Amino acid sequence: MEDQIKKIALNDLHVSLGGKMVPFAGFNMPVRYSSDNEEHLCVRNGVGVFDVSHMGEFFVEGPHALELIQKVTSNDASKLVVGQAQYSCFPNETGGIVDDLIVYKFSDEKYMLVVNASNIDKDWAWVNKYNTMGAKLTNASDEYSLFAVQGPKAIEAVQSLTPVNLTEVKFYHFTVGEFAGVKDVIISGTGYTGAGGFEIYVKNEDAEKVWKAIFEAGKDFDIKPIGLGARDTLRLEMGYCLYGNDITDTTSPIEAGLGWITKFTKDFTNSEAIKKHKEEGVSRKLVGFVMQERGIPRGHYPIVDAAGEIIGEVTSGTQSPSMGVGIGLGYVKTEFSKPGTEIFIQVRNKNLKAQVEKLPLLKG
Amino acid sequence: MNFPQDLKYTKDHEWVKIDGDIATIGITDFAQKELGDIVYVEVETVGETIEAGEVFGTVEAVKTVSDLFMPVTGEIIEFNEELEGSPEMVNEAPYEGGWMVKVKITGDLPGDLLDAASYAELVGE
Repeated sequence: MEDQIKKIALNDLHVSLGGKMVPFAGFNMPVRYSSDNEEHLCVRNGVGVFDVSHMGEFFVEGPHALELIQKVTSNDASKLVVGQAQYSCFPNETGGIVDDLIVYKFSDEKYMLVVNASNIDKDWAWVNKYNTMGAKLTNASDEYSLFAVQGPKAIEAVQSLTPVNLTEVKFYHFTVGEFAGVKDVIISGTGYTGAGGFEIYVKNEDAEKVWKAIFEAGKDFDIKPIGLGARDTLRLEMGYCLYGNDITDTTSPIEAGLGWITKFTKDFTNSEAIKKHKEEGVSRKLVGFVMQERGIPRGHYPIVDAAGEIIGEVTSGTQSPSMGVGIGLGYVKTEFSKPGTEIFIQVRNKNLKAQVEKLPLLKG
Repeated sequence: MNFPQDLKYTKDHEWVKIDGDIATIGITDFAQKELGDIVYVEVETVGETIEAGEVFGTVEAVKTVSDLFMPVTGEIIEFNEELEGSPEMVNEAPYEGGWMVKVKITGDLPGDLLDAASYAELVGE
């Protein structure tokens, strides 16, 4: 059975802006408005806005909210203060990852989980399955639009729209306030670009008003709509994982370099096995790399050593618009994971030299 | 979109300009728009004779990699070296500075080359 492709609230607006709409994670999404490179650089150097309303939002409420979140996520949500957000993942029972997500704390008894669009149904089933404690769960994914206003000029461009002092919305913190005349907008110091800025969650009925206000306010800053194409190249320059590429049902958080969001201060799904994984070491690791020869790495290209022996596989790759060279992420045998190690990417039967690099790949 | 009348087109979105037994080949305006920013054109078949419909090179955009197919049978006699340093020429001038290879035609022209109107129809213009 063919799944119905969903439309985000502002679908028609994006088409009118020249957005090329493509099916992505079950939604028609703008992949590009003008040029991937131009949009990428617009965010790196100025300000741009992504409509990422396909993302899923679950609310977890009640006296058992934290208990459920602690059970299903790898990071320690008990460390959150009200108004703080946390990157985390849902480990599965067999050593892999169900999804990565952001946990927002609104109060001791109210949290929001923001999950990937492609995994909304799977995640919803997952948290419900573990909700033996009786937390109140609401899937609000079809009610919210999400705009990521990203870039070094993001705050300046839209500060006039809100009484909230945007410079005080720190990284991975958020506030709920009035924005573009709309009340109860969630303004979050998050993003997926490494370019600075924030994300705003609004109800679908207010989405068009808010979008238009952002572009009116940002006019003098040359604000532009940005497609998912540039979102991918921006995140890859930072080395941020993309679920489905770099992390999957079969990659462990330890292999993926997500040890920093895996806290053994509490018990969670498969935590015993993951702890063992961490203590005993893993045989492969996710690394970032930069091409030393001309060529562009792509997902599933083999990674080989100097002798041509396969040592891993590329999970994400592109030509970096900021750096002008091929960059990527991939799993390699642990002995090849140290920054500075020479590896080779097999591009159309040629082994092209690359170097393992510390993240982010784009150095400030 | 622009599809010059004096060119022939393939279903794979290459254009070919035939001048005697020499063919100049590139990708269409439609193709470059679909692909987005072209960042690499790789042709390592200069000197080889390749059948119509076979792969003669690769074009890479930021997001995608696509094979390039021969519209005619012939020997690749020249690669547009300008594209080494300026692959964006394919976006900017797909039928001019963005040409990719010149071919010495050795066989009969395939019967399925499209004229501008048929190609425009194919891509829904």
